[in-house]
Amino acid sequence: MSDEEVPVLLTTVDKVVNWARRSSIWPVTFGLACCAIEMMAMSASRYDIARFGAEVFRGSPRQSDLMIVAGRLSRKMAPVLRRIYDQMPEPKYVISMGACASVGGVFDNYAIVQGVDQVVPVDVFVPGCPPRPESLIYGIVQLQKKIDRSKAFA
Amino acid sequence: MDSTAIIDVLSRTVPAAGLESVQAGDGMPTIYVALDQLVDTCRALRDIPELRFAFLVDLLPVDYYPREPRFEMVYLLASLGVAGFGDTPKRLRVKVRVAGDAVVPSISSVWPAAAWSEREAYDFFGINFSNHPDLRRILMPDDWEGYPMRKDYPVQIKAPVKTYEPLQVSQEQFVANVQATRDRARKD
Repeated sequence: MSDEEVPVLLTTVDKVVNWARRSSIWPVTFGLACCAIEMMAMSASRYDIARFGAEVFRGSPRQSDLMIVAGRLSRKMAPVLRRIYDQMPEPKYVISMGACASVGGVFDNYAIVQGVDQVVPVDVFVPGCPPRPESLIYGIVQLQKKIDRSKAFA
Repeated sequence: MDSTAIIDVLSRTVPAAGLESVQAGDGMPTIYVALDQLVDTCRALRDIPELRFAFLVDLLPVDYYPREPRFEMVYLLASLGVAGFGDTPKRLRVKVRVAGDAVVPSISSVWPAAAWSEREAYDFFGINFSNHPDLRRILMPDDWEGYPMRKDYPVQIKAPVKTYEPLQVSQEQFVANVQATRDRARKD
């Protein structure tokens, strides 16, 4: 048996694990406001997030990798969001979708949290009001790049 | 039926001294009622055959800060105008002047639908209702401080966001919980 016939491929553990993680980012089914409509459009056939392996919206946070905070977060909802985030298994990622989730947007008032990074650690902020589905797909691609750069077992 | 005609009918059962007709800008019949005879007036408005305001459309407080009396309660009523429920369809706006610290009698004994609206009025304006079946906040978190729709409430508050403390359960407590759940399931 000569060397070139041996079916072996060499790589690093980081690369393989990160490839697996970034190719199947399953978001949790969690929409707070109108941004969730764009999030649904992104997952549906026209924009088809399945092309990036993120189409499986899980009904349980325990089976999810990604939380897309889609909409304004009220102070009353903040403990709920935090609890869902805590229930997700590691590794987990958060995308803050739209102006309201990122900085409060037009809701500069007592009831709305001025940025969900006060409640959960955010990996990617997607601007827009609401962001177009392409923007959110771009955000997920950015997250994929971020996962690629990370150490798999840090 | 304009507001003076309604007061004429009302004064058969409730003291006319506490009733006052006003000319509203939109032409809708509007009366002011004294705070202490609100419930009696409402019951009369509902039950007198010519009136029969069987339908409470909405109720809402208005904050006129810094004027005194500070608040006004507004009750929007409708009479359906079908047989046995008032002869003609009509609407009425009932207003009550409320001082800043006054207690408003609940009208949920007249129209049960008022109970949740009064909870909302309590939640956002801090208006206290007597004889209310379940007076607590309805939209804001239960531990919220202040009444956000008052004129002197700030638009933005710079308070840290409240989340929650993660539940810490020891191994023994966890096992005991599981065991208790299984026992309950077996019993059912």
